[in-house]
Amino acid sequence: MSTSTTGDVLVDYDEVLAAYDPAMGLEVHVELNTATKMFCGCPTEFGAEPNTQVCPTCLGLPGAMPVVNAKAVESAIRIGLALNCDIAEWCRFARKNYFYPDMPKNFQTSQYDEPIAFEGWMDVLVPTADGGTETVRVEIERAHMEEDTGKSLHVGGSTGRIHGADYSLVDYNRAGIPLIEIVTKPITGLGAQAPEVAKAYVAQLRELIVALGVSDARMDQGSIRADVNLSLAPKGSGALGTRTETKNVNSLRSVERAVRYEMQRHAAVLGEGRSILQETRHWHEDTGVTTSGREKSDAEDYRYFPEPDLVPVAPSREWVEQLRGTMPENPRARLARLQESWGFTDLEMRDTVGAGALGLVEETIAAGAAPQSARKWWLGEMARRANDSGVEIGALGVTPQHVARVQAMVDAGELTDKLARQVFDGLLAGEGTPEEVVAARGLAVVSDEGALSAAVDKAIAENPAIADKIRDGKVAAAGALIGAVMKEMRGQADAARVKELVLEKLS
Amino acid sequence: MSADLTRRTAADLAADLAAGTTTSVALTQAHLDRIAAVDGGPDAGVHAFLHVDAEGALAAAAASDERRAAGSPASALDGVPIAVKDVLATRGLPTTCGSKILEGWVPPYDATVVARLRAAGLPILGKTNMDEFAMGSSTEHSAYGPTRNPWDLERIPGGSGGGSAAALAAFETPLALGTDTGGSIRQPGAVTGTVGVKPTYGGVSRYGLVAMANSLDQVGPVTRTVLDSALLHELVGGHDPLDSTSVDQPLPSLVDAARRGAEGDLSGVRVGVITELSGEGYQAGVQARFEESLELLVKAGAEVVEVSCPTFVHALATYYLIMPCEASSNLAKFDAMRYGLRVLPEGVDSPSAEQVMRATRDAGFGDEVKRRIILGTYALSSGYYDAYYGTAQRVRTLIARDFAAAFEKVDVLVSPTAPTTAFKLGEKLDDPLAMYLNDLATIPANLAGVPGMSLPSGLADEDGLPAGFQILAPALADDRMYRVGAALEAALHERWGGPLLDRAPALAAQAGPTDANGASA
Repeated sequence: MSTSTTGDVLVDYDEVLAAYDPAMGLEVHVELNTATKMFCGCPTEFGAEPNTQVCPTCLGLPGAMPVVNAKAVESAIRIGLALNCDIAEWCRFARKNYFYPDMPKNFQTSQYDEPIAFEGWMDVLVPTADGGTETVRVEIERAHMEEDTGKSLHVGGSTGRIHGADYSLVDYNRAGIPLIEIVTKPITGLGAQAPEVAKAYVAQLRELIVALGVSDARMDQGSIRADVNLSLAPKGSGALGTRTETKNVNSLRSVERAVRYEMQRHAAVLGEGRSILQETRHWHEDTGVTTSGREKSDAEDYRYFPEPDLVPVAPSREWVEQLRGTMPENPRARLARLQESWGFTDLEMRDTVGAGALGLVEETIAAGAAPQSARKWWLGEMARRANDSGVEIGALGVTPQHVARVQAMVDAGELTDKLARQVFDGLLAGEGTPEEVVAARGLAVVSDEGALSAAVDKAIAENPAIADKIRDGKVAAAGALIGAVMKEMRGQADAARVKELVLEKLS
Repeated sequence: MSADLTRRTAADLAADLAAGTTTSVALTQAHLDRIAAVDGGPDAGVHAFLHVDAEGALAAAAASDERRAAGSPASALDGVPIAVKDVLATRGLPTTCGSKILEGWVPPYDATVVARLRAAGLPILGKTNMDEFAMGSSTEHSAYGPTRNPWDLERIPGGSGGGSAAALAAFETPLALGTDTGGSIRQPGAVTGTVGVKPTYGGVSRYGLVAMANSLDQVGPVTRTVLDSALLHELVGGHDPLDSTSVDQPLPSLVDAARRGAEGDLSGVRVGVITELSGEGYQAGVQARFEESLELLVKAGAEVVEVSCPTFVHALATYYLIMPCEASSNLAKFDAMRYGLRVLPEGVDSPSAEQVMRATRDAGFGDEVKRRIILGTYALSSGYYDAYYGTAQRVRTLIARDFAAAFEKVDVLVSPTAPTTAFKLGEKLDDPLAMYLNDLATIPANLAGVPGMSLPSGLADEDGLPAGFQILAPALADDRMYRVGAALEAALHERWGGPLLDRAPALAAQAGPTDANGASA
C-alpha cells in the first residue's frame, strides 16, 4: 500500500492483480485536420487569437444553421474502414443536450445511436517480457462524428479548474472543429498487461491516424485526446465492476499511468469495503494522479434526439469502396516491410515501436537519412530528451526533416556528432532551422586547412614526446595529439582530417 | 396621394415604379406615414411593428430609385417596401423574437431571405410583432404587448405572425414575411382578411430564422393578394447552400400559376374537401363562407369531392410533442453567456455561470415559452422518449401517408383555415388548450411538409369578421395552390365588387408615441 500526493490510498500493483480482473474501455477523440469546421466554413488552424475563427453558426447565434463538412465525413469513413468497421448506409446526427458555457448552443451536435462506423477491431502489437511482441485484438464498438466545444480558461484559484476560479474566459475558435470519437468495447482478460495494452492501443491508433493523414495527431495540442474507462471485478467472477472515466489523458505515457493508477486506487477503495463512485475523474500529468470531477449519475440525461437541421448522411457504397482503396497497409504488414527495408533487428524494431518513433524514423529516412542514423538520433538522443522533459517524442519540436538535415551535415563533415547534439539543443530551444542554429551558435566544423595545420603544428610542438612515438610508428598515440587539436579548435574540427594531418606531418 | 399608394397591391406598385408614375422613396415614405398614423404602441393602435427603420428604408428606397433611373432595377419588386417578422435575423436591425431575452440584440448577419430582399432592392420598413419565439395564436404572448386586429382593435390578429398580417390589413406595408410552424402565417391571414402562404418545407431557406421547431418551420409571404404572394415567394424561395434542408431543385413558376388561375378556369382540377377539417367545431359563419367558396370553385370548372384523412385528428397531439421537443433544445442557447439579456441573481455575491443562466432564463422567458420548454424537456427525457417523441414521429409518418393517399385522388385539398374568426384579446389567454385549437386545420401541413395557403373567404354573418379558406397541395407543387387560390380570389372579388379589406373599418389616427423606433426602442 502507498498513498498518492492527493491522499488516495493505492494498493500495490501485484496485489491488485491477485484479487481483481481489470476491464477497460478507451474513448479516443481525434481532431480532424480538415481546412474548415464540422458545420461551417470557419478555419481550423491551431493557435490563432481567441475568438477570431468564429461565425454565426459555430457561435450558435440565433437563426444560424449547420451544414455537414463532406471532407470530415470522408475522413470518418476512412478511419472506420481502417478500423475494420462497417460503414452505415444511412445515419443521422443527434443533439446531446446539456448546459455548459463553452458549448455555444447548449447542445453538442454529435451522433448517438446511428454512428457512421461500427463493429470493428484493431490488432495491437504489445511488447512481451521476453523481447518479442504479441497481438491483442481490441474490439471497436463505434466511431462517430461530432463537433468540439469551445475552450474554457478558468482564471484565479489554484487548480485551473472551474471551482474556485474568479472568472472564466471562453475561446470559441475550437467550437465546431470536427472530431471523431472512437470507442472500444470493454477490453477484458488482460490482467497485468492492461496498462501497456492501453498505451499500445492509443499509440497504434495514433500511427494509423497519421498514416491516414486525417489529423495532426498531436497529443500535446489535444488533437488526439484519450478518456480511460476502468473498472475492477473480483478475480474470476467474469463480471464488470463500476467504472470511472478518466479524462484529459494527453500523452501515451499517461495512458499507461492512468490505467495503472486507477487500478491501484479502485482496489484500495474496494478493499476497504466501499464502492466505486461512477464519476468522471481528471488526470494530472504533472503529479500522475486522478482527482474526482463531476459525478455521473442517473440525473445526467442528455435528451438525445435527431438533429432536425441536418439531413441524414448516406454515403454511397461506391464512395465507400473508393475510399477503401485509399487505406494505408495494415500495421503488421507495414512493420514487416519497414524492418526488411531498414535492416533492423527485432529488438531495434521493438524499441522503435515502443518509443512511438516508428513514423518519425520512417519520415526521417524518407527525408534522406540512413536507417541506422535515423534510429540512433530518435531512440538515443530524442527519446532521452523526451523522457527528461516528460513530453511525447513527436512533440519535442524537432521534426524528421530536422534530423535528416543534421545527419546530412554530419555526413558531409560539416558537423561532428558532438556538434550535432548542440544543434539539437538549439532546435529544442526554438532557435530556428538547423542551418540557423549552426550559424547563430557558430557550430560549423572548421575546414580552414591553414588554421587546422597551425593547430596541429602547435600540438606537436607542445607534445614532443608523443610526436616522437608517432614518428616511431606508434600510430595509436596519435589520439592524444588529436585530442589536443580538438580542444584547441573547441571541438569544431573534423577528427578524421586532424588525424590525417598529424600522420602526414609526422611520417 | 399617400393613402392611394398604401392601398395598392405590391404588383400594382411594381407596375407604378416601372411606369415611372411614382418613386420608391415616395411610396416608402407613404407607408412610413401610415405606420406613424395608425400603428401606435403597446397600449393603443394596431401595434404591428416592434421596430421601424425609417432611415434604412428610405436609404434603400433612394438607392432603388437610382438603379431604376439608370435602367437597371434589381428585380420585379425593386423599390417596393416590405416588413419582416421579428423572428428573422436582420443585420444591423434589432431582432427580438418578441422576447425579453433577446432585447437589444442586433444580429451581425442577415437571414438568407432577408439578404435576398436586400439584393432584390426591397426597402425594409421594420420588424413585426409576434408571439414570443412564435409560440401562440394571438400575438398576445409578445413580451412587448399585443398586436390588435385592424378589423376590431379589441380583437386578436392571430398568431404567431399577427404583426405581419395586421400590418398588411392596416395598409402599413404592401408585403411582409412571416413564418409558419403550425399555422403562424395562415391563421393570422384568415382572421385579418389577408393572404398568407406556407411554402413546401425546404422551399424557402430557414437560415437566419430563429427556430422554434426546425422540422416544421417555414418562411413565407404575407400579402393582400394571391399574386403578391407568388411574386414574393418566387423572390425569396429556392435552394440555399446554408440550409441543408432546403430543396435543391428549381421552383415551379408561381407567378405564372397565379396569373393563369386569375383567368378563372379550373376545368379538370380536382379539389378534395377534408372530412376531418370542417363541420363540427367550426363557427357557422366560417363554415358558410367555406361552402360558398366551394360553389365558386365548382362554377369555375373544378370537380369537388370529399376526402377523408383519418389520422388528422391526431395532428394536434402529435404537434404538441414534436414542436416542444425541438423548441426546448433550440431555446437552450439563450443563457446570457454570449448575447441578449443577462440577469444576475439577487442576493448572490459572485454568482456562478449556472446561477446567471437560471436567473436570466427565469426573467427572460414568458409563461408560454416556459410551458413548452418544460413539455419538451420532459418528453425527451430518458425513459419517456419512445413513448412521446418516438410515437409522435410515427404518427407524423401516418399523417404524411394520409396526404399522399389523398393527393392520389385530388390535386389540392381544402378546408377552413381556422375554426373561428378573431376572438377578443384576453379571451383565451388563460386557456392554452383552447388557444391550441386555433391551429387544428393548419398543423397537418407542417407535420407533412406540404404547402398551404390561406385567403379570405368573406365575413362571418354572426360577427362580420373575416374567415379564411385554406388550400393545401403536394410537396413541391406550390404552383397548384396559387392557381386555385387566384381563381377563387377572382371569383370572390367579383362577388364582393372588390377586395374584402375595402370593407374593413377606417382606423383612427394614433396620438401616442409614433416615433420611428416603435415599442422596443
